[in-house]
Amino acid sequence: MKYLSIFAVLGLLLVSCSDDDDAPDSINEEETITTMTVTLVPGGGGNTVTLVTRDDDGDGPNAPVVTVSGSLAENTIYAGTVVLLNEMENPAELVNEEIEGEADEHQFFFVTSAGFNANIAYADDESDYVSAETNENFTSTNPVGIDFTLTTSDASTGTLTVTLRHEPKKPNDGTLNDAGGETDIAETFDLVIE
Amino acid sequence: MLKTFNITVLFIVMFSNAFYGQNTVACQASLSGTVTDYHNKTILEKATIVVLELNKTTYSDSTGKFQLNEICPGSYTVSVAHPECNTVTVDVTIDGPTTLDLTLEHHLEELDEVKVIGQAVREKTNTASEQRLSTTVLESYSTATLGEALRELPGVSSLNTGAAITKPIIHGLSGSRILVLNDGVRMQDMEWGDEHAPNIDINSNGSVSVVKGAAALQYGGDAIGGTIVLEPQRIFPKDTLYGKTLLNGVSNGRGGSMTTEITKIYDNGWFFKPQVSYKRLGDQETPDYVLSNTGVQEIGASIHVGKNLFTWGWDARYSYYDAEIAILRASHIGSTDDLNRAINNGEPEVIRPFTYDLLNPRQKVTHHLGKLRFYKRFEGLGKLTLQYDFQQNRRLEFDVRRGDNDDRASIDLELTTHTFNGDFKWDSKPNFQLQTGLLARYQENFPNPNTGVRRLIPDYERFDAGLFLLGEYRYNNFTFEGGIRFDFMRIDAQKFYRITRWENEGYDEEFSDLIIDAQDSQFLVNPVFDYHTFSGTVGARWETLNSGTLKANYALAQRAPNPSELFSDGLHHSAARIELGDLRIDKETSHKISVSYQRNFRSWGFTIEPYANFVQDFILIEPTDVEFTIRGSFPVWEYRQTDVRLLGFDLSVYTDWAKNWSTNHTFSFIKGRDISLEIPLINVPPVSFNNSVTFNKPEWNDFEVSLESQYVFRQNETPDDIEVFSPQDQADIVLQVNTAPPAYHLMGLRSKLEFPLGNKTILTTSLRVNNLLNTSYRDYLNRLRYFADDLGRNFILQLKLSY
Repeated sequence: MKYLSIFAVLGLLLVSCSDDDDAPDSINEEETITTMTVTLVPGGGGNTVTLVTRDDDGDGPNAPVVTVSGSLAENTIYAGTVVLLNEMENPAELVNEEIEGEADEHQFFFVTSAGFNANIAYADDESDYVSAETNENFTSTNPVGIDFTLTTSDASTGTLTVTLRHEPKKPNDGTLNDAGGETDIAETFDLVIE
Repeated sequence: MLKTFNITVLFIVMFSNAFYGQNTVACQASLSGTVTDYHNKTILEKATIVVLELNKTTYSDSTGKFQLNEICPGSYTVSVAHPECNTVTVDVTIDGPTTLDLTLEHHLEELDEVKVIGQAVREKTNTASEQRLSTTVLESYSTATLGEALRELPGVSSLNTGAAITKPIIHGLSGSRILVLNDGVRMQDMEWGDEHAPNIDINSNGSVSVVKGAAALQYGGDAIGGTIVLEPQRIFPKDTLYGKTLLNGVSNGRGGSMTTEITKIYDNGWFFKPQVSYKRLGDQETPDYVLSNTGVQEIGASIHVGKNLFTWGWDARYSYYDAEIAILRASHIGSTDDLNRAINNGEPEVIRPFTYDLLNPRQKVTHHLGKLRFYKRFEGLGKLTLQYDFQQNRRLEFDVRRGDNDDRASIDLELTTHTFNGDFKWDSKPNFQLQTGLLARYQENFPNPNTGVRRLIPDYERFDAGLFLLGEYRYNNFTFEGGIRFDFMRIDAQKFYRITRWENEGYDEEFSDLIIDAQDSQFLVNPVFDYHTFSGTVGARWETLNSGTLKANYALAQRAPNPSELFSDGLHHSAARIELGDLRIDKETSHKISVSYQRNFRSWGFTIEPYANFVQDFILIEPTDVEFTIRGSFPVWEYRQTDVRLLGFDLSVYTDWAKNWSTNHTFSFIKGRDISLEIPLINVPPVSFNNSVTFNKPEWNDFEVSLESQYVFRQNETPDDIEVFSPQDQADIVLQVNTAPPAYHLMGLRSKLEFPLGNKTILTTSLRVNNLLNTSYRDYLNRLRYFADDLGRNFILQLKLSY
């Protein structure tokens, strides 16, 4: 019966360690990108166009809200920049820093729909950014796409799809299929050139 | 000197004896008595009774009585032997007509010794379909996983994530519907996830029995799929020291494993058994390419000590398991487009040179298990067993992450469980047995918030209590058994819900009283749910006169939902889907009828096992909708309850064609259907047909070679594929997640040679070749089938030293 008492003691231990009513800490998703803002500044002056997609609840049920501030002008060269934020954190985290620090593992892809008269060219490469690993600028020169140029010609309507891939094949032929990797962002904006 | 003194004293004390005839008193004493069974008091005939000092022998008669005359008074050692019992020696003082009633442990043969001789471990149930893997089979899978070894049995398949993570499926059911009992301890290792395999070192146990269904109520009432019982080799109270060491070399993965164990037993019942194993593999390969990031490192260790006597005993066991498993790099994807691209590509996107490195994505699991068990037999009554066990399971999952987060786990769960079991078995009657028991369990899950990723499984405390009664009655060639079990489970969770999700699920109407705190975008809720479940079984077994065995069993089982079915909420990266649990999910109820008929002829035999399982309110997860996020659209997979029917049969046949030639054939067939929606059930194992031919020649160092063929049919009955919007294509695309891969045929080879190396030491060498023809194939039940082929040819060389 000595053993019975051992079991009884173990049983007490079992009960005594179960008083744990502390509320768990809340977690704000750190890795989510909630907001992408693409700013297009016309070279010769004129209206800046901003394209925004914002998904406040991350992988929650609500779809992202997409806004386009206005239409693009004909025959204009726009300087484009992309800003990524995680607005679930307070203050909002600028995700660009992480992308820049791992510029060799990221790339934006810009795809326009057929008949939409705009051409896009990369305006940056990896050597523009400081590697988070070495704290020195990258020596490789593959495109990244945080900065780009968009050149319009005749009036038309169509879409621009902006995709961010993590760990794509680099260098690649500029198409999403060749690049592979994991999609961090894929959003399509309806645009008008007039 | 002492003896004379004793006798003198006796003469003085027992003066009446001395008073009768002084001359002959010295040798007129007698010894008589009866020999009976310790448990049920039945008389034992033909027991040999020897007075060792006098070398006088007699036998018990048909009434168990014996008589020895003309003994000089004195102290003697009497030995009592019976063919079915342990020999007992007792010290006895004889003076005059001495009576000595002897009890022997007659059950010994029935319970224990048969197991050594025939390795026929006692079955867990009498009437349910049940099968077993012996130590020899387990040893041949020393480098593999439990799930892989179990696939040897008809009706058992596995749900895999690559080659290293295999979850057993019994008659089409897996996960929480399967109870894994590791040396009497129910494993508590987060069996709810598809990519969570049982945390068991296959080398740590001696045999595995699989009960296909919920009939083994003594272990739990919710095993709708079945129960897997792992048992160590039995310890016999006999002074011995033995051990074995296995060394394995594996070509595919360019690694190997080692395992060693030693058992020391003393005559007085004490035993001591340490065991360790280590396994290391690098990237594995298909016939055409390296499966980048599929290495494994596994460490297992256990120590078992105790005292094992017939009337009482105790044992303590501690086992440790640590596995680090790399998950195919190409299977980590970001969106539906990535998944679609992977499915259509036919080859993984990431193929790198071979490496032993375990990179992200990977999982790291540690499992501690401690057990303390005590038993006592009561003469003429039965056996009492009490057990306490402690388990701690820690699971870390690392994803490919941005920034400095690569070394930070995305999932970090710690599951701690305390269980107390007690049962009493009345086994004193030869044809009637009764067993009753109770269980109390406390479990706590702690998801570490430092991951920076919302919790997959919330903080929760869980309480279980159970009570069962099982009976067994034998009448001539018939055995009947029946049992009932009640379980209670309470789950007390604390979970954060995104407010948008909470409202979208309609919880704001039904569960608003559960909210205990509201933050910016999240509610903290405290669901406390109680579940009462009832299980029962009845069955009969008939040993027919023509050496056949017919078994029939009905089992009713109820299972309460697991935390994943209740609380899942979020994006599952490796599957590119949003998984949603449902707080409204209630228990499911299974009715399973199984029949088994086994018959052996002179040179062949067969077993056929048809079954039907009807599950009401079956909990399943399936695609229902599409949600858009900034990454694109994701299919939403929601848990729901429906009625399901599983019908199937397992057939196995063996034949001994000639002296050295034999063949084995197994065929497993199963159909699963959602009978509410009239659609096929997801993840039902395809039909499989296995054949092998074996040649053995004992004269040539126990030479044995066998050629095996495994044909797996295509699963033609699957749910429909789903349609999602692709941002890349700007159109709806069909995502072929449910389309099954084609049928495949694999060949295998096994051979074995044994060399005696002198005194009790045997070296066994064996070579095994899996996928002999280097066939490229994909398996419907492998979650990585979307991304890559399965393993190519694999040579496994094993050296086993038994000493």
